[in-house]
Amino acid sequence: MPEIKVNERLCKGCELCTSACPKQCIAMSDKFSTTGYYPAMLAKQECCIGCGLCAQICPDLAIEVYK
Amino acid sequence: MELVNKWPAGLVEMPLRYCPGCGHGIVHRIVGECLEELGIRERTVGVAPVGCSVFADDYFNCDMIQGPHGRGPAIATGIKRSKPECIVFSYQGDGDLASIGMAETIHSAARSENITVIFINNAIYGMTGGQMAPTTLIGQKASTCPRGRDPKVNGYPIRICELLQSLEGASYLERTSVHTAANAIKTKKAVKRAFQNQIECKGFSLVEVLSMCPTGWEATPLNSVKYIADKMMPLYPLGVYRSPEQREQKEGGAA
Amino acid sequence: MGEKILMKGNEALAEGAIRAGCRFFSGYPITPQNEVPEYMSWRLPDEGGTFIQAESEVAAINMIYGAASTGMRCMTSSSSPGISLKQEGISYCAGADLPFFYANVVRGGPGLGNIAASQGDYHQSVRGGGHGDYRVLVLAPNSVDEMANFPKKCYELAFRYRMPSMILADGILGQMMEPVEFKFEPVDPKSFKEAGWELGLAAGRRKRIVRSYDLREGELEKINAARLKKYREIEEKEVLFEAKQCDDAELVVVAYGTSSRIAAAAVKMARDKGLKVGLFRPITLWPFPKKQLAKLAEKSRKFLVVEMSMGQFVDDVRLAVCGRIEVDLYARPAGIPSGEETFAAVEKSYKSMTPARAAAPAKTAKPKGKPGRPRKKPAKKAGRPAKKTRKGGRR
Repeated sequence: MPEIKVNERLCKGCELCTSACPKQCIAMSDKFSTTGYYPAMLAKQECCIGCGLCAQICPDLAIEVYK
Repeated sequence: MELVNKWPAGLVEMPLRYCPGCGHGIVHRIVGECLEELGIRERTVGVAPVGCSVFADDYFNCDMIQGPHGRGPAIATGIKRSKPECIVFSYQGDGDLASIGMAETIHSAARSENITVIFINNAIYGMTGGQMAPTTLIGQKASTCPRGRDPKVNGYPIRICELLQSLEGASYLERTSVHTAANAIKTKKAVKRAFQNQIECKGFSLVEVLSMCPTGWEATPLNSVKYIADKMMPLYPLGVYRSPEQREQKEGGAA
Repeated sequence: MGEKILMKGNEALAEGAIRAGCRFFSGYPITPQNEVPEYMSWRLPDEGGTFIQAESEVAAINMIYGAASTGMRCMTSSSSPGISLKQEGISYCAGADLPFFYANVVRGGPGLGNIAASQGDYHQSVRGGGHGDYRVLVLAPNSVDEMANFPKKCYELAFRYRMPSMILADGILGQMMEPVEFKFEPVDPKSFKEAGWELGLAAGRRKRIVRSYDLREGELEKINAARLKKYREIEEKEVLFEAKQCDDAELVVVAYGTSSRIAAAAVKMARDKGLKVGLFRPITLWPFPKKQLAKLAEKSRKFLVVEMSMGQFVDDVRLAVCGRIEVDLYARPAGIPSGEETFAAVEKSYKSMTPARAAAPAKTAKPKGKPGRPRKKPAKKAGRPAKKTRKGGRR
């Protein structure tokens, strides 16, 4: 199954990926990352289609797409 | 499952020190990918500007030089003419390119200098703290026009692609945006083409990228994206303003 | 080599740079240096080099910044107002430790001034010139022959120490014609080896960065301290000067560039009249011949500085002698003195030495006691500030 992994060290919680995801499967974590942000996370793995649009908009190269 | 988006070889693997939601990171990734995909990384020299992206000299994984504010195209000219086998690009913001460095921008285009310019237009001075830029929109608030840009006091925004379009020397001019994933993909195409033109010795190429500055705009990243779509794009229409093909046709017609 | 040709100063400068390996020039027209870019524009392409007429001096110097970062032997030239505009890029080159060579064919100032010769840019040249803490190697020719031969020296120093070097000329040196002999074989740029900092083809090596900034806490100071060490070494090793008839001189005229030639004529007139006058001429203005002047101050009686500016060069002379000797000034700000006028100044300065002193040998550590000179013990009278300070200086 396709999936994404968010690198919490790089993610600054800007939420742009949430708006880019056509399946609305990305949400923001409610826990601080070590860098002090609420990082993005794949909330609904089952709906990820591995399209990579989230990685296209991510300004911090924090999203790894597996397909 | 396989990783489909490896870290681009054209970028050094390190965290980018830009604000959350800043468009620089997207364009950095795009340039880094283009350097890798075109196989030019090891013969590319980049010019980092003054501004937030001054640290581009750390980020891009190729030889880099950081120069005075606005002088990128002049520095790139010096490098390109000294080492024509190198691919040379200048990465600049709006204050850098359209204000203090306007002369260098126009004249390197007029000389049809065989360089690639990546122009980040976010309509604000980011690093110095949100002052008015030459591209700041009418009515847009900035720390040096706190009541909003008033044309009677501050004049009108400058449209670089339209301005450079009048120059014979400009070979490729395109305005894109990175406010959505689809636009980021288009931006990558444009950036790649701007490098390809240099490889083919077609002269001056410039890609103007409308980009978010949530900190300078005092907006959330998501509202910044909306601001580009609603406010910036009507003033700065996306599209190709000059292509090498048009230029060749024009030259053919003239002869 | 060996052949003498009649050349204009600006053209000799350009040809000298090309023969020293220069293959990149960017500049902008300004009088009285226009012959430099004009000469480069036809001569450089023949040598496979690049000439660019830039849109401004600011662009020209930044093209140099780019070219220099690739290790190219490059050059720019201008005259006073244009050099002011170039200071931004010169500062960046100094801050990024890039070698390059430039020439200032000085004209009258401030502002637009005039287009005649002047030495008004002295301070700007020897104190760095732009913002920040740095130095530039400054050579001051006083003949067209030196205009032709100094560029090679400038390149050697610039590349040895990785910093900008310049020739401080003026409208007279740029415009006049004199016989020139290039005293070196043309340098083949292909013979230059990479030193390891040049930008360009990076296959098989790590990326290189050329920059003048470091925002990390304390790091900039370390870089500047290393540069200071380099500057100290240069001050130790690279001083050039010329001393004529200084051994027995009571009065030493100190002058550089064009004014040193005029001063030479005045010194000859003085000698013809039996006055013991010598001429000291710094060739490197930075590094300044401090030690040499200090030594000379021990055995002569008085200095007279001749300069075509308000009194800039005299500051360095006074700093060098540290009050050990009286230093007179004949200043001609944006004026060009004649030999006779300069001689008048020399004579006045000479005669204003007190009679006792004028007749007495200089108070040195070891008075030589030449025959025919009354050996008086220097009187310890009041009203002799020069001598007092001199004593003080030795303590």
